[in-house]
Amino acid sequence: MQNNVDEPQGSLSAKPTMNGESLTIEQAIANLQGEDLGLRVYAAWWLGRFRVGEPGAVNLLIAALEDNADRTEAGGYPLRRNAARALGKLSDRRAVPALIRCLECSDFYVREAAAQSLEMLGDSTSIPALVDLLQNNIPGTLPAPEPPYLAQPYDAILEALGTLNATAAIALIPPFLNHAIPRIQYAAARALYQLTTDPQEASQYGNRLIDALSVDDLQLRRSALADLGAIGYLPAAEAIAETLAENSLKLIALKGLLEKQLQQTIPPNLSEGACRVIALMDELL
Amino acid sequence: MSNHLSSLIRAVDDADSSALLLEAVQNIADACLEGAIPTLIAALGYNNPGAAVAAVDGLVKLGEPAVAALMEQLDHHNYTARAWAIRALAGIGDPRGLITLLGAATADFSLSVRRAAARGLGTMKWHWFPDDLREIAQAEVLDALLFVAQQDEEWVVRYSAVVGLQSLAVAIAHTHPDWRSQIQSQFEQMATNDESWAVRAGFAWPNSNCRPAQPLCHLMRFTITPQAHRRSTGS
Repeated sequence: MQNNVDEPQGSLSAKPTMNGESLTIEQAIANLQGEDLGLRVYAAWWLGRFRVGEPGAVNLLIAALEDNADRTEAGGYPLRRNAARALGKLSDRRAVPALIRCLECSDFYVREAAAQSLEMLGDSTSIPALVDLLQNNIPGTLPAPEPPYLAQPYDAILEALGTLNATAAIALIPPFLNHAIPRIQYAAARALYQLTTDPQEASQYGNRLIDALSVDDLQLRRSALADLGAIGYLPAAEAIAETLAENSLKLIALKGLLEKQLQQTIPPNLSEGACRVIALMDELL
Repeated sequence: MSNHLSSLIRAVDDADSSALLLEAVQNIADACLEGAIPTLIAALGYNNPGAAVAAVDGLVKLGEPAVAALMEQLDHHNYTARAWAIRALAGIGDPRGLITLLGAATADFSLSVRRAAARGLGTMKWHWFPDDLREIAQAEVLDALLFVAQQDEEWVVRYSAVVGLQSLAVAIAHTHPDWRSQIQSQFEQMATNDESWAVRAGFAWPNSNCRPAQPLCHLMRFTITPQAHRRSTGS
C-alpha cells in the first residue's frame, strides 16, 4: 500500500522547528552518523518526512542501506528500512542502484520499502529485479515475520510494476487477482489497469476496485480508495464519495482522479470529469 | 421520553455490528428529535465513519438546538470525533460556533478538524448574527481564511479555505466589494506564487462551469503541474 496518511500521530505532524523534540537538518544528519542506533533510525525517518533532499543527506541514507549495526532479534534491519523509505521521498535517482540491491535483502520489510521507493522514484531500470522478486526467484529472502508469513511484499511489487509501466511483466500478474490476501488482489487489479492498453479491458480492473469499496472490512475499503486514487479511475468518482470511510481518505482518492483529469486538458480549461470530481470534493470538506 | 425515541436510542445502544450501528444511527438521525442529540453526538466517536456521517447530517438538520451540546462536548482527545463535531457545527452555521470554528481552522492539531472548520467559516448563517456584530465576524473570518489559504501545510486544508473564501466572497459581495477584491487578488497571487506547495493548486478565471449558482463560480482552484505527482500527501 502507498502510505496515504490521514492523521499523522504525534511527532509525525511536528514541523521541523516546532518543538524541542524536533530536529534541525544539521542535527538529523549528525545523528544519522552517530553511535546511538535509536537516533540513527529516527534521523533516517525524519530526513524523509521533511524531504531533506540535499546531496549529503542522500549519500548518508544510501550508505545506511548497507548498515549492519542495527539488527532486530529476528534479524531485521530497522535502519535500512527507514533509509529505504526516506530515499523514495527524496527524488534523487542516485539511490536507485542501492535500492535495487535492497530487493535482495533477507529482511522482508527492507524489500517492501525498497519496492515502494523504487516506484516513487519512477526508474524503470528496477523492473527486471522487481520481476524476479515477484516470481520469488531471489535466494536468501526471508518471509515476513508475522502471519500470514508472505514470501514477498507482493502488493508493493505489483504496484511498482504498474506505476513503472512494466508491460513486459503483464502476463505474470493475473494469478495475483486470486491471491488469498485481498490487498494483494487489489494491487494486481491496480497494476493491470495501468498496464492494459485497451480501455474496455482495463475498465474491468478498475471496476473490480470499485466493488472493493463496499466490502465489509474498513481497512480494505481504505486500500481500495488508495488504489483508485493512484490510478485516477474516473468512473469511480461517485462510488468513492459514497464509500463508508474517512473523508480525508476519500478526498485524497478524489484528488488522484482530479490530477488525472487535469493532465488531459490545458488549464484553465476543465474537463467535465474534473468538474464532477471538484463538486464531489467540495461536499466532503 | 417518548417510546419512539427510547426505542431508537436502545437500537443504537444494542447494535453489535457496524452495519447495525449505521442503520440505528441513520434511523435516529432521520427522526429529527431533540432528545436524540446526546445519542447523535456520542455516535461521532464510535469510529464508524458511516454512522458519523449520518449523525452529522442529523445534527445539522436539528440545527440550532444542537449547538450548545456540541460545543460542550467537543472531544479534545479524540480528533476523529472532534472533526465530525466541527463538521456539524460548521453545517449548522450558528454564530455561537464562530469562535470555536476560528480557533479550529487556524490552530487545530488535526487536519480533518482544520479542513471542516475552514469550509464552515465561509458558510456561517450570517443573517443569524446581530447586525452590529456581523461585519466584525466577517472581517475575522476573512483574516482567518486568508491566513489558512496561504499558510496551512496540508493541501486539503488550503483547498477548504479557498472554498470557504469563495462562499464568503458571495456573502459580502454587495456590502464589502473591497473585501471581495482582496479575496480575488489573494487567489491570483496563489495561482502564481505557489513554489513550495505540495500540490500546485492554482486559480484561473474563465471557462469553468463547476459552480453555476455562484457569482464567483468561474474561479477554478486547480491547475496542477507535473510536480504534483511527486507524492506529497503521504508521510
